[in-house]
Amino acid sequence: MHAVIPYVTAALLFGLGVYGVLRRRNAILVLMAVELMLNGVNLIFVTADATIRSALVGVQVEAWAYPNGEPHAGAVFALFVIVLAAAEVGVGLAIVLQYYRLRQAVVVDEVALHHEPHPADEQVAS
Amino acid sequence: MTVADALLLALGAVAVGSGFLVVTSVHLVRAGLYLVISLGAIAGLYLVLGAELVAWVQVLVYVGAVVVLLLFAVMLTRAPIGASKDLDRPATPALLIGGGVGLGLAVLLVDAFRWTIYPQAETGTAERMGEQIFGAWVLPFEVLSILLLAALVGAIVLSRPDLGARRPAPVTADVSSEASVPETAEG
Amino acid sequence: MIFGTLLVGVPLAVGLVGLLLPPGDGDRSRRRAAAALGIAGAAISLAVTVFLVLVATVFPRHSANDPIEFSHRWVRIGDLDITFGFSAGAAALYVALAVTIVALAVQVYSVAYLHDDPRYAPYAAQVSLFTGAMLLVVTANDLVLLLVGWEVMGACSYLLIGHDRRLPEAPRAAVKAFLVTRVGDVGFLLGIAILGVSAGTFQISEVLAHDYSPGTLTAALVLLLAGVAGKSAQFPLHTWLPDAMAGPTPISALIHAATMVAAGVYVVFRLYPLFDRSPAALAVLGVMAAITLLLGALSATAQDDIKRVLAWSTVSQIGYMTGALAVGSPGAALFHLLTHAAFKALLFLAAGAVIHAVGTNLMSRMGGLRRHMPVTFWSTAIGLGALAGLPPLAGFWSKENVLVAAAHATDGGGATPVWVAWLVWIAALIGVAVTAWYATRLLLRTFFGVARAGEDDWSIGFDDARYDRGSARPHDPPRAMRWPVILLAVPAALLGLVAYLPAFRSALELAGPHLDVAVLLPLALLVLGAGSSWWLWHAAPGTDPAVVFGRARPVFAAGFHLDAVQERLVVRPVRALAGLLKTVDERVVDAAVEGTGTTTTRLGTLAAAAHRAALPRAAVAVFAGALLLGVVAAWWGAAS
Repeated sequence: MHAVIPYVTAALLFGLGVYGVLRRRNAILVLMAVELMLNGVNLIFVTADATIRSALVGVQVEAWAYPNGEPHAGAVFALFVIVLAAAEVGVGLAIVLQYYRLRQAVVVDEVALHHEPHPADEQVAS
Repeated sequence: MTVADALLLALGAVAVGSGFLVVTSVHLVRAGLYLVISLGAIAGLYLVLGAELVAWVQVLVYVGAVVVLLLFAVMLTRAPIGASKDLDRPATPALLIGGGVGLGLAVLLVDAFRWTIYPQAETGTAERMGEQIFGAWVLPFEVLSILLLAALVGAIVLSRPDLGARRPAPVTADVSSEASVPETAEG
Repeated sequence: MIFGTLLVGVPLAVGLVGLLLPPGDGDRSRRRAAAALGIAGAAISLAVTVFLVLVATVFPRHSANDPIEFSHRWVRIGDLDITFGFSAGAAALYVALAVTIVALAVQVYSVAYLHDDPRYAPYAAQVSLFTGAMLLVVTANDLVLLLVGWEVMGACSYLLIGHDRRLPEAPRAAVKAFLVTRVGDVGFLLGIAILGVSAGTFQISEVLAHDYSPGTLTAALVLLLAGVAGKSAQFPLHTWLPDAMAGPTPISALIHAATMVAAGVYVVFRLYPLFDRSPAALAVLGVMAAITLLLGALSATAQDDIKRVLAWSTVSQIGYMTGALAVGSPGAALFHLLTHAAFKALLFLAAGAVIHAVGTNLMSRMGGLRRHMPVTFWSTAIGLGALAGLPPLAGFWSKENVLVAAAHATDGGGATPVWVAWLVWIAALIGVAVTAWYATRLLLRTFFGVARAGEDDWSIGFDDARYDRGSARPHDPPRAMRWPVILLAVPAALLGLVAYLPAFRSALELAGPHLDVAVLLPLALLVLGAGSSWWLWHAAPGTDPAVVFGRARPVFAAGFHLDAVQERLVVRPVRALAGLLKTVDERVVDAAVEGTGTTTTRLGTLAAAAHRAALPRAAVAVFAGALLLGVVAAWWGAAS
């Protein structure tokens, strides 16, 4: 099989995910784009596992530093990534819902990353 | 061009196509459903590449749980069911960077692998995967379970209704003061 | 050696101690202490000088021309030594004698003149300091030491002109005096530097013996002449002297008549062997002298303020001295310096008495004082006669010497170019007539005619803060003011006769006075000048004889408007330059310094604002950075 096909697919998925993160205004859509990115990465892991593993047939395992020599390491990593994605979505959506409770909307534009200065502090600082 | 290749091409096209629709659709719910299709295609890719366990876990967890959670959130945040116009921010930076990343990575990978043919690898069955997970990767596995616990607790804490209030609650008067605190969120 | 140090050291020490005394505001005992200190200092200096003169002339150790000399190395700067050297030749001692006598007279006079001055102690101390500095200039054997004395004199002159703070014009006049002389002092310093560095030493005896290249010598001497012009109020740096009359009259007598303005002449006299070798420098000096002579004399003819007449007269008379130097007769210059010290100091002190009595400086408000102030009248008459050159008063002999020297130089043969000698001689002759004219005018307007100052019992209602209008009737001054005037009248009358003493003549290298037909020309001019002035007075009594000049009168009165020229050519550009520099300092230098602070603050605010970007923008930034890094890494990897 030509390994370049899944690789390119994964690259395109990752690119689409980045595009989605930077373009979408709704927080949940941003999370969906993040899922796309994670899946792209997973695909690369699995493809690499298949290709490199097959290329390493006949090589002594101990000759390679751990964990590169482990069989199915890429697939195992992909599993771990899925678990992490699940955890991330859970916490992320909890935050989004809490934010929705405060603001009645989940528009990413209005999320201020800095602490809004207290009016008295502002006068002192200026 | 073997069967595997054809399958890879087809499934890859489906995945990329629906992924494209996820990030460009103006319907919120349809975006979620397109995500389902994309994730499913990716699961199919996993199968072709020989990672069986990963494929089924993908379907179970990603498609079954994560996307459902996302759709729940869509509904809980009263997202418009029909088309909504202001879902998107300006396109230029996103196009530049997203396009740059995607195409850059693609070029890199094509340059690395070219049209090399790799033989089919042995499938990652549950048995083999289990050997690895509980063998070489047991420590990360345990840590992951702690992480899941933390995520669970965190999600519960973050969902508390009185999270916006800023007064320290005294230990004994917890019950009475909670009742008198005005809801900062709803209404 | 001891006496040399005493001569200079006593007045300096007295001055410094006196500056530590409290000003003595209204307290008679304090004023007495300060006055006593000042008088004692001057008296001691006089005694020392007299002693040294006796030693030098009556008991000559070697020949009369050998100076009492000693030197001691003081500072070494690189290759050059600066010595603490004294050289009291006979000529220097005569000048020192004149300085100490006038200083003592002024100290005594000031006690009465400034009897109501709240700041008498610093005044007396500054006068002592000044005396010490002048004596230092006179007796120094080292150019740098001379420069020190020169500068201290300038500082004291500034302080003393501006002494009376209640006058609005005094501080301005003090600053003007200081700045104009400073301009000259720059040249003076450069000249001294060139002389000293070329010779490898600053000792005057060695500088005089050194063989300079003509170009260096001329350059150095012309620069020195700048300082001389400034200090001795010669054209074009003379503009400060008439305004300096805002200072108290005793100061005008001491500094601006007898001593400081003569210091420039003395320096040229001292360095004359060098000037002799440079015809160019002598030509510059001669032209300067001729212009100053006529300028001063003509300006004096139209002044209303009695002190200003005397100030312009000083300018003119010093022009005689510098003219004598230019035509190759330093002895004649020094002789005139001594007689001038006597009669000009006399005139100023007498004018002070008049001002004290009448309450105003202006001659248009004086008149008919002869009856009420006889002592002052006769003293002034003697002084004015000496000024005009009336035989047998002192001024006649010294002016005669100058004219003879100038006439002699027109024959050529000396270092002076012949045209310079002609210029000086003709200017000096015209000057004789004009001097006589204004001297007569002053005498007539002040002492003769109708009394314009009030003789009544009621006093005029203007409040001149300086003067005490005790009684309405003008009277001769009190004892402390009268006796210095009387005592100064003696040398003003008789000093000229010392030209007959061979010891004096050889000390100054003076030619003996020969009274031949050539004397008649200046006498005739004197009679012409005095006579025309008197005739104009007689024809229209009470009016100012100067009205005969018609439209030229305001030009003369304003000193040929040279003040305005100076203002335009120098003061305004310098002020503009100073303003420009101030703006540059504020906008560029300060702004650069402050700018680093404000720029840093602004950059910090910018960075803070960048950090406060909202989520989407932050996300874009992060991804863009990652893309960039990835591209760079890939490129690098591909390249290597």
